[in-house]
Amino acid sequence: MQDLRELQERIALIKDEITGGIESLANSKAVYDFKKNFLDPKAGKISELMKSMKDIPAESKAEFGKSVNELKNWALGRFEEIDEQLKAKEAKLRYESEKIDVTMPAKHIMTGYLHPVTQVKNQLIDIFASMGFSVYEGTETETDYYNFTALNTPNDHPARDMQDTFYLSPGFLLRTQTSAGQIHVMEHQQPPIKILSPGKVFRADDDATHSPMFTQMEGLVVDKGITLCDLKGMLEVLCKRMFGENATTRLRPSYFPFTEPSVEVDVSCFECGGKGCRLCKGTGWIEILGAGIVNRKVLENCNIDPDVYSGLAFGIGVERLTMLKYGINNIKMLYESDLRVLEQIND
Amino acid sequence: MLVPLSWLKDYVDIDVTPDVLEKKLFDSGFEVEEAHEVGHDISGVVVGLVTECEPIPDTHLHVCKVDLGEGEPVQICCGADNVCTGKKFPVAKVGAMVYATAKDHVTVEGVMKIGKGKLRGYDSFGMLCSGTELGVSEDMYPGAGYNGLLVLPDDAPVGADVKPILGLDDWIFDISITANRPDCQSIFGIAREVSAILEKPLKMPALDYSECDTDKKLDVTIEATDLCPRYIGHYVTDVHIAESPAWMKRRLALVGINAISNIVDITNYILTELGQPMHAFDEAFLEGDRINVRRAHDKEKIVTLDEKEFELTTDNLVICDGVKPVALAGIMGGLNSEIRETTTGVVFEAAKFARDNIRKSSRALGQSSDSSARFSKGVDEYATVMAMKRALHLVEELGCGKVTKLHREAGLNNSLEPRVFTASIDKVNKVLGIEVPTADIERILKNLNFAPEIKGDELTIHIPAYRDDMENYPDIAEEIIRMYGYDKVVPTFLETAKVTSGGTNRKQKAELKLKRAMCQTGASECIHYSFFSPDDLDLLGLPEDAPERKAIRIINPINEDLSLMRTTLVPQMIHAIKRNQKRGRLYGRLFEMGSAFIPKSLPLDDYPVERPTLCIGVFGENEDFYSLKGIVEKAGETFGLKFRYAAKELPFLHPYQTAAVLLDGEEIGFMGKVTYEIQKAEEMRVSAYIAQIDLSKLEKYYEKTPAFTPIPAFAEEARDLALVMDKNVTCQEVEDVITSACRFVSDVKLFDVYEGAQLGDSKRSMAFTLTFTPAEEEFTSEALDGYVHKILKNLNNKLGIELRS
Repeated sequence: MQDLRELQERIALIKDEITGGIESLANSKAVYDFKKNFLDPKAGKISELMKSMKDIPAESKAEFGKSVNELKNWALGRFEEIDEQLKAKEAKLRYESEKIDVTMPAKHIMTGYLHPVTQVKNQLIDIFASMGFSVYEGTETETDYYNFTALNTPNDHPARDMQDTFYLSPGFLLRTQTSAGQIHVMEHQQPPIKILSPGKVFRADDDATHSPMFTQMEGLVVDKGITLCDLKGMLEVLCKRMFGENATTRLRPSYFPFTEPSVEVDVSCFECGGKGCRLCKGTGWIEILGAGIVNRKVLENCNIDPDVYSGLAFGIGVERLTMLKYGINNIKMLYESDLRVLEQIND
Repeated sequence: MLVPLSWLKDYVDIDVTPDVLEKKLFDSGFEVEEAHEVGHDISGVVVGLVTECEPIPDTHLHVCKVDLGEGEPVQICCGADNVCTGKKFPVAKVGAMVYATAKDHVTVEGVMKIGKGKLRGYDSFGMLCSGTELGVSEDMYPGAGYNGLLVLPDDAPVGADVKPILGLDDWIFDISITANRPDCQSIFGIAREVSAILEKPLKMPALDYSECDTDKKLDVTIEATDLCPRYIGHYVTDVHIAESPAWMKRRLALVGINAISNIVDITNYILTELGQPMHAFDEAFLEGDRINVRRAHDKEKIVTLDEKEFELTTDNLVICDGVKPVALAGIMGGLNSEIRETTTGVVFEAAKFARDNIRKSSRALGQSSDSSARFSKGVDEYATVMAMKRALHLVEELGCGKVTKLHREAGLNNSLEPRVFTASIDKVNKVLGIEVPTADIERILKNLNFAPEIKGDELTIHIPAYRDDMENYPDIAEEIIRMYGYDKVVPTFLETAKVTSGGTNRKQKAELKLKRAMCQTGASECIHYSFFSPDDLDLLGLPEDAPERKAIRIINPINEDLSLMRTTLVPQMIHAIKRNQKRGRLYGRLFEMGSAFIPKSLPLDDYPVERPTLCIGVFGENEDFYSLKGIVEKAGETFGLKFRYAAKELPFLHPYQTAAVLLDGEEIGFMGKVTYEIQKAEEMRVSAYIAQIDLSKLEKYYEKTPAFTPIPAFAEEARDLALVMDKNVTCQEVEDVITSACRFVSDVKLFDVYEGAQLGDSKRSMAFTLTFTPAEEEFTSEALDGYVHKILKNLNNKLGIELRS
């Protein structure tokens, strides 16, 4: 390399060579290989130019160096540019090659569900737990005393006819009501008492609308000054949280041996809002539970002074509520373990 | 109970529509299950006078001209044999609704609308009707039973609606009576309530009669005073048995009772009207001038009116004459003293029997009647006394005998006078939570016949003898609020109650956590009955001495299939899988958490153990032993537990694909593939796998709060080892040797199993990834090599395992 003019020619040549060659490069690999021809530290054409610096007279060195550096930077820019273009193109091609039909079915993720009755049970527990109720689960087998006698239903009581009881021995039976749990709790605890007692109960009834086993949830509050108004207020909260803010309740007289007064509680039909439809049989109301003020004798049986304390109790048929809530029309469906049923309700 | 409106009106003036009455009864505690007009299916039927009647040649038909009081008589063809001119018959006009009958003219086959017709070329504009076509029986209207036209009275106005004439405009209420109100199980009892509800005076039934002298002797005694608090006998002479009058037959028919004869009908009438079961004995067959109420002797026999013979025990109560039992007390009379056509003297019985004795006898003997049903609910002695008077009045009114002076009553200990009870008005109001105005309290209690007296806060009431249910002031509160209106109860939210902390306890939370964990594995929860069938134990092929066979038997099961308290959850899970497959669902995962019932002794004399149990069932082409094992593992992981497994045999599971599930060396459950025999018996199309775990064994871990293990400070290292071993060496054995050989091994994971000719028949290869977790410092590769070397040496020494080359 003799002078700067020759250098400029060489630079122009290299630029032409790069500009000419770069267009035909197909991929990053080709860019890399092509780039090597110019910038490989050992044999690259630009690198060689750099090396020839030593032969340049001192006064020209600065300009020479500047020109070669400019060339180098220009070339690097060009290679980077083309490399980016090619990468973008490659990426696009890859994406295109991976095109799928988004409407094809999803990969199945196996999920199980809690039984609808468990779901409603949990919802009820949540509601009452927030009111300060604790949960007591008694046993499915009971003695005659806890299931009947202590609940003001002695042996000759006509209410025994209301329930067909399964007996396991003269003294033991399958509980017909979770109310039996009331007594166990009250025997061991003085007021204030707020318990919820969910569980399976049994009655010798088996037809289209009755199942010999079903789930009940008993609630009990014993404290000072508990009244029928409290019962109505509490159950109104239950209905609003279970069936929505527009739900209202209605009490009507009924009879249970362990409460006095006793009431049936109806909720305004959540299907028609009370206008009357098939669900509520045109009445605008749906019966959901039985309740009342705890009979003084029951408190006495548990050594709680009925002149100091009073209580309210209610019993909810969980299957009935479940069926109403989800529109299940046959109680038997809940016990057949049909996955087509079980996998439907996820509330 | 069925209550005809017309009968009710005998005792109280009802000036509201049936709809309003229904609503008022409902609001005051008497749910009307159904209320309907007697002739609710019938419309458009009027009185018609046949003015012309000509036979249609060669047929049994007549073509008639019938005056319907609407101008020109209409032409109607009629096939009945009693059609004739000058008589009045019910005429269903075109558009009328009547019952359609079968060819026999007596079997009702639905409701039909009358259209214009043409018979043998003659136009017919309506139909002359029989009683059946109008739903009227002989008992409901005399002559209606004739298989032909129903003949109407000559004074029936032409063109008038026939419904009032035939009583079809009457209403029947089917009222459900709660168990605390046996006094309302009668027309009169309901009338008392209606009188209070409508604030109309109650009219008493006629109870008067005159008595004649008699030479007849009768002695009434009660031996079993505990089972019969009151017994009244009264003798009626000069009886002539005949049909009852039409009005009585009609009323009985309306409540579904067949008329038999005047004396028997009177007893049934009283039962309905006053709620007191009565009985009539033919005096001629009573020996010894005596009636005695006693417990039956053991093995004593009686034949009841329906000709059934019973062998009795001392638990049964009988009515005896001087010699023999003549009635099964409260249930049914004896055949030996029944009323016959020839009866001329009758002893009427009105008594109160202990309700539980009648109920138990009735159940034990399998013999029931309207009487026993009524006694089981409870009868009040007030009604007993009134019923006898009413019966004697009816005897006189019907003219079917002479009432004598011979009246005997035993067991007069219970007063029929009202009980006096005093309560605080404030206390009554505090039950309700609202303050009912004193004037309303007084008015309501007066209407209910409690004769209230109020002095300041002190309320005194006089409880009539029929209101056995009134025990304390909350009962008064209930009486007041059901009349005052439950809509006046204002919702409050436990204003005086203390705040309590609530929620579920640790165990309940743990159980829900386990259920949710099961759901995460894809299993759905099912709930099965707590009882199952003896066949289920046979299905499992359990030996005679298997603990599962020691199950509690229900004394009175619905049927044999639901007769044993379950000792295992497996059979019902198998059935659930079967049902799913039968319905075309060929894959799935199910679990149940419920109790198995383990008696401490049989027969049961203590609470059985209700063992909380988890049962898991999976089925489908993609399931196998190991997929089920994954779910079982998950159950353990839920409480931070790692189960171990050992091969096991159970009669209902595959002999080579069954494991015991172990925790701390104790067997807590089992899992495996259901045998092919059971799969076949249950018609399964894909294999099923079942696991069962005794959750009581996990309970102590429910309390444990999960503790955080610090993340290792240094990187873990992994090494893969392919090992060759004897086929009968188990994976578990290999894992155990590896972990015991080096304390740094934190995980051993099998990732490949190989068997092949290369290895020989008796060998197989298993490849494991070992994870080493350092404690104090990073591993050097020399140290790791040392550990691996030690592990391999141990494996070789203990199990003869070689590294695969």
